Amino acid sequence: MAIDTEKNSYTIIFAIVMVLVVGSILAGLASGLKPLVDANKRFEKQQNILYAMGINANEGTSDVAFISTDKVEEEFKNTITKQYIIEGTEATVTPEAYLIDIKKEETKAKDPNYTRKLPLFEGVKDGNPIYVIPIRGKGLWDAIWGFVAVDKEMTVQGVFFDHAGETPGLGAEIKQRYFMDDFAGEHIFGDSNTFKGITVAKGNADPKNERKTDNAVDAIAGATITGDGVTAMIKKDLKMYVPYFKTLK
Amino acid sequence: MGLLSKKDSKLILDPLADDNPITIQVLGICSALAITAQLKPSIVMAISVVFVLSVGNVVISLMRNIIPSKIRIIVQLIVVATLVIIVDQVLKAFAYSLSKELSVFIGLIITNCIIMGRFEAFALANKPWRSFLDGIGNALGYGVILIIVGFFRELLGSGTLFGFKVLGDSVEKTGLYAFGYENNGFMVLPPMALIVVGIIIWVQRSRNKELIED
Repeated sequence: MAIDTEKNSYTIIFAIVMVLVVGSILAGLASGLKPLVDANKRFEKQQNILYAMGINANEGTSDVAFISTDKVEEEFKNTITKQYIIEGTEATVTPEAYLIDIKKEETKAKDPNYTRKLPLFEGVKDGNPIYVIPIRGKGLWDAIWGFVAVDKEMTVQGVFFDHAGETPGLGAEIKQRYFMDDFAGEHIFGDSNTFKGITVAKGNADPKNERKTDNAVDAIAGATITGDGVTAMIKKDLKMYVPYFKTLK
Repeated sequence: MGLLSKKDSKLILDPLADDNPITIQVLGICSALAITAQLKPSIVMAISVVFVLSVGNVVISLMRNIIPSKIRIIVQLIVVATLVIIVDQVLKAFAYSLSKELSVFIGLIITNCIIMGRFEAFALANKPWRSFLDGIGNALGYGVILIIVGFFRELLGSGTLFGFKVLGDSVEKTGLYAFGYENNGFMVLPPMALIVVGIIIWVQRSRNKELIED
């Protein structure tokens, strides 16, 4: 059985068959696994929101452990009492807030006539209402995002950050406890109630994070651009919620 | 070795030392720099490459008589890409947290020149079983260097191993840090990986003079 593998016609047929075979294998795999992947993503979002609120399975002082996936849906329902969509200062209660794609909203908001839909999650912690705000921005290589839990005064109660592809050991450290824990208790308003956000600052020199009202946390060495990205997304996204929070007082 | 003939075991053992893909052939350096800041990703990357390279070598070897030589590189590329996507999708569906952990590395496997190099140099001309062994051998040779580099970079750069603070706490000044020891921040930056690889090459060549080129 000698096939002339040098012939052009053979090469073309081979290429077509190869593409068809590989294409159908991958398409079949992707659509077959899609429900599982989607469920995983939904659980992840719930875990992240709960984590920002301080509901987690952390044991040591350095590990990040979420509520396990089989319990998270239940826990999420119990903890998050209300989900809002905020447009300007108007808030609509809806169970759908959770499905808003922040990335798409960001694109739509480029049109000046469009009022951006902002999702907000309300829960109760130690008897006080606590709000979780999703944020999204750019790191060095790819997207970074997170959830910031704040109280009524918009003082940070906890955060969770994640990234699509920051450098391991450097930018990827934003999802480590030592970085995220620093945010708890930080104020986002400066003197005379001006909005300042929280800066990931190189020269902050506050490794134990004792100064909570300086609007800054210590940066990670070697991750300047990712850190700047965190600063930027906190400023940009939290600011949009300020008008609504003013109405709560 | 009873299971493998002498010739076959050479396929596995050679790339581990005297024909190491990183230190001797100087392939796969880019991924070796990128991911060795910590030990754990280094190990995970090593395991992933063992899988992709051994399976890929077998697939290419099975197709070696029907691949048109004009488009063989593209065919090789498709095989790597397909395997990598399959790994990625399966991890996303069944081991989501692990796939989060690996994030960019999975994609990085495609760009690893060792894989294309072994397809081209070995699998296209050898039978599946020998190709499989060659894949395992080369991937392990690659992995060993990754793990050595990852070990030193994490230990000296962050004072941890697998995230455990083996040298004490650098903020609380316990353990070694109580005596004024400091982490070397340089170690976590990619250029230091190159220097560590360089030191390994130096040690290896000074132990085995035959490896020194004129």
